Order: sequence, then C-alpha cells, then structure tokens
Amino acid sequence: MYRYDKYDQAIVDARVDEFRDQVARRLNNEISEEAFKPLRLMNGLYLQLHAYMLRVAIPYGTLDSRQLRMLAHIARRYDRGYGHFTTRQNIQYNWIKLAETPDLLADLASVEMHAFQTSGNCIRNISSDQFAAAAADEIADPRPYAELLRQWSTLHPEFSFLPRKFKIAVTGSAIDRAAIQLHDIGLQLVHGPDGEIGLKVLVGGGMGRTPMLAPVIREFLPVADYLSYMEAILRVYNRHGRRDNIYKARIKILVNDLGAAEFARQVEEEWAQLKPLGLDPPPSELARIAAHFQPPALGANAPVEIDLSNPDFANWVAVNTHPHKVPGHAIVTISLKAPGEIPGDASADQMDIIADLAQRYAQDEVRVTHAQNLVLPHVRRADLFDIWQVLVSAGLATANLDRASDIISCPGLDYCTLANARSIPIAQKLAVNLAPQEGDLGELKIKISGCINGCGHHHAGHIGILGVDRKGEENYQLLLGGSGAEDASLARILGPGFDENGIVNAVEKVIDRYKTLRADPQERFLDTYRRVGAEPFKEAVYG
Amino acid sequence: MAELFRLRTDPEHTADAVALADYQPGGTAVRLEPADDARLLIPHLGALRRIDIAFPKFREGRGYSSARILREAGYAHEIRAVGVLYVDQLTFLVRAGFDAVLADTPIDRAVAERTLARFPAVYMKAADAARPVWELRERV
Repeated sequence: MYRYDKYDQAIVDARVDEFRDQVARRLNNEISEEAFKPLRLMNGLYLQLHAYMLRVAIPYGTLDSRQLRMLAHIARRYDRGYGHFTTRQNIQYNWIKLAETPDLLADLASVEMHAFQTSGNCIRNISSDQFAAAAADEIADPRPYAELLRQWSTLHPEFSFLPRKFKIAVTGSAIDRAAIQLHDIGLQLVHGPDGEIGLKVLVGGGMGRTPMLAPVIREFLPVADYLSYMEAILRVYNRHGRRDNIYKARIKILVNDLGAAEFARQVEEEWAQLKPLGLDPPPSELARIAAHFQPPALGANAPVEIDLSNPDFANWVAVNTHPHKVPGHAIVTISLKAPGEIPGDASADQMDIIADLAQRYAQDEVRVTHAQNLVLPHVRRADLFDIWQVLVSAGLATANLDRASDIISCPGLDYCTLANARSIPIAQKLAVNLAPQEGDLGELKIKISGCINGCGHHHAGHIGILGVDRKGEENYQLLLGGSGAEDASLARILGPGFDENGIVNAVEKVIDRYKTLRADPQERFLDTYRRVGAEPFKEAVYG
Repeated sequence: MAELFRLRTDPEHTADAVALADYQPGGTAVRLEPADDARLLIPHLGALRRIDIAFPKFREGRGYSSARILREAGYAHEIRAVGVLYVDQLTFLVRAGFDAVLADTPIDRAVAERTLARFPAVYMKAADAARPVWELRERV
C-alpha cells in the first residue's frame, strides 16, 4: 500500500488548513455561497436535501485497517453511525455539519486520506480493479499507475475548471472489473512488442444522459510518456470541450463530435508540444511508488482443501470468493447488499469488524468495489471459515455477489437534490423478492439510478432501472442488456415506464421469461438477452 | 472599481488591450476571450507587453490553458486574468502563468498572501518555477 512521504503529508495538511480558512470565511460571510460552492465542491462537500454530504476519496479503492477504522470513527463522530460506499470506490457521509468539516478533514489527514476533488469539474478519484495484486489474470498491479495519476491530478492548475467532471479508471487485466469503457479515460496495462508494460488508452466513455462506450485512441502508450500524454488529452478537452450546455460538456461528446480518429490526431498534435517540456517524471518515480505495492508474502504451501461440510458456508465460499493467484488463498467479497438494507451502506461497527478481519487475516488490506461491496484481497483458504463466522455475526455474510440482490443503487430522492425518483426502496423490494431464487438465476446485475445522471449505472445493468419524473410522479423505465465488464454494452429501454410496484413486477416478469428462454441453466440472463433480443421480454412485460 | 492584484515588479503596461480580432502586428496589449486560440499570438509575443485573458464566469477554465500555452511559448511579460475570479483561485492562476489579476470582487491582500504561501509542495510541473515533488524526491 502506498504510504505518504513528507511531501504528500504536507500537501494534505495544507489542504485541511486551506479548507479551515475557507469555511471560517464562509461562516463569517466574508465569502458568498456562490463563491464558496466551487471551493466546497472541490473538497467533496455537497449541499443535499437534508444536510451537507461529504464524499471522501478512497484512491483506487484501497484501504488499510487503520484507515477503515478512521472511516468508522468519522461515521460515529460526525454522522449518524454509518457511511455509504459509492460506485466510484469512495465513501460518503450524508449528515455532515459545515462547521465540523475542517476537523473531519484533519482526522482523515492523520491517516493519509483526503477529500481532494471528489466533486467539481475536475479530475476525480482514480478508480481501479478491486482485485488488483490478487487476481491471476492481471499483467501487473494497476495501482502504482493510478497513484501516479492521483498525484499528477491533485490541484492541477490547468485542469481544475474543466467543462465537466472527469473520471479515470486504470486496470491491469483484460478482464475488466473497473468498467474502463465507461470512463472519461480508461487505461489498461498491456505488453508492448518487447514485453515492456505500457498503456492502452480509451477516451470518451460514460453513462448519464448520453451513454457511450469509449473508443481506443492509442493502442500502446509507453510509460515514459504517460503523464504528458494525459496532459495532452486534458488540454484538448479543456480547450475544446463544450461549455454551453452542461449535458453536452463531458469529453464523450467532444470525442463523438470530432470522431475518435480526429480527436486522437489533436491529442497527438498537442502532445508533440508538451512532450519536450519535461512533464514526465523519471522512471524512478514510478518505481518508488511501485515499491509500496509489493505483493504480500503469502505462503505458497497454504492448504487448498478446506472443510465445506457446512452448506451455508460452502455456498458463501462458492458465491463470494474468487481464486487468488497464490494457491491456497482466496479473494473474499463482503457483500454490503443484505436484502432489505440500503445498498453500499455499512455501519461504524461493521467497518470496525471488517478492519479487524483485514488486519488479522488479509494482509491489512481492504478494497472498495464499484459495485459497492468490500473485498479482503489476500486471505488463506484455511481462514475462510473463521472469517465467515465473524461476518455472519455482523450481518455481513450475505452470499449474493453478482446475483440478483447484489444491486447497485444511487442514493436517489431519499438524499440527492438531483434525483427525480427514489432508488433505494426499489432496490430493497427487488432484493427481498428476488433473493429466494437468485441461486438459480446465476449472474444477474441489476442497477438503479434515480435520475438521468446515471450514478447507479443503469445503462451498464443486465437489467437497468431509471427513475424519472413524469408529471410530478415517480416513474421507472426498464432497460435490458447492459454490461460494464470487458463485454461492455449499453442497456436499451424496453418500453413505457412503470410506477414503483409496476417496475418490481416488470422485473419479475422479465426474469420469469428468462427462465423459460435460457438455453441451459448456465446461460446468464445477459447472454440469453443477447441471443434472443428484446421482443420476448417486451411480450412478457407488456404483452 | 476593481483593484489590480499584481505580482510583478516592473512598471505596469497601461495600454488598452484590443480584442484578438482587432489585433495588429506590433500591438503591445491584447485581450483573449475564453474561446480564442492563444497560439495565434505566438508570432507576436516579441511585441506584446501585456495579455489579458477573460474569465466571464468562475467556472470558465479555458484561460488557464491559454496562459500556460503562452508561457510555454516563452512569453515573459504580464498575463492578466480579468473577470469573475476569487482569491481562492490564485494558486491555480499563478501556477498556470498569470502574474496579475483584475477580479470583479476585490482580492483581500492578507488572504491572498496566506493562499499563495500555503502549499509547500506541488505534484506537477506547470508554468511557474515550482519544482514538482518527483524532482525533489530525486535529490534525496
């Protein structure tokens, strides 16, 4: 895990001091709310329906136990005893008082954490693969590359007032757990002709009002050119991205309007200007960062066979663990999706318990996933039963990873000022109704957004639900066929929308039809849909 | 009446800045709007003594690129940010290459000094003289 040196710590401490100064001037009315808004947003502080919401950055979704305990402390001390993990691997707190935020940020800084650029029209938290350094399919740990970007993008003088927010994801694997095709920039570590590592660069993906998959603009970017090339992409966007219409301001619109080839040409032209300026750190800087991410020393002789005679335990192992690259080890996903609960929420006590597990059993690491779950990345299979028992007693042993009740949901109208409809109650009803049969259904990703901004990734759902406002009433559109993985696709609207009960019934009808259509019990819903098309489902829902 | 916040010690160049479209070779002061291409000025940098860059809204960010492009091209005279700007943006402005700010809301000097002195290190190279941490780390 990356540890701050004196420079990193000094920058985060200065940020706390700066925000303390800004909040004091706001509370004294020395600055107007209009002038304060962009300042608080760059510190992740939103004004929501009931209170301030603070979003804390979890760079590339990696935490240690000390940091997770601090997140629990913040939930207790400054909020109502819980936090909400987000689809960008961050955590947000919904009941924050403005006057207390400087102390909160100081507490975060004491464990090398911050809220830099978790909002605003700037480069946001860099997200990554939650299985980094544990999955056998990666060519290298993507997190050093993400940390280099985190540093480069922090308080960037040229790119802090972009046309719109800017999200970057980095993965080290061809199996895409970071949804790189749905980001403003997606980066995939790849091997060059001589076996050296470089980056495949995708630009212009995104969800929201105009969902698009990112095209590749550079098949292989040498690491030596990494930051200057990012600088060129951002400069082309900053200068030429649309600013006349907030809904057309993301880079995907610019890339789409210009065409990927022309956009790539402009980036190369800009990069030719920037490359000679010495913006790229020497290779020793990436090596310095990478040294913090040495793979943990896991015993190669750990036993593979474990006692699976307890059927609940065996089911949890089958559903919520993945093979680790080191034999005898596993990657554990802790579901924050107990049916009936709020997706992604964890109480302070649960955070403490997971921190204890990480420290005792998982090399002191925890990851946050973009599906709003937590991961213990490096666990001995022989310890799985002990871990499971602790999780059971904490209400955290739900065995539903990537299944029907593992629903991604935005906070929706219960919290968010942008939302048109509630998301959480729909997620709760669906999860409760579908959980009994989810084992039979296999992988099924349901994603719910309470407005067209798409924070619940409805366009990437095998089944997506979008809440809209129809003449003052909450109305829910049903979309089918999306994926945010390496087989990325955008879900399409099936037909007219529904009210709250109607959408739950419609999803159940879709699932019932899928069960009659699937070629065999192993065929996923997404694959059945791709094979048979929308018509049979239309007939089932509207027939 | 807005007050000029200036970090330069040379005498102020007080000529009226003309719009880019009206600029004639040899002119000494010009004003760039957000959408103007700063690179069009590169052949004229030898004559220019002051370049104003407009910020009609605080959300407007193109001017930061314009200033940095001019500094990258070697321009050393005044680049002035003009418009809806706040003291809290000073660090970004200075690092992007501005050395004067004419803000609609007056800039409090004491706050400005605190702001500019606050961050002891920077992560990336830009148009100012600050050395990025990766260069400082190299020396250790």
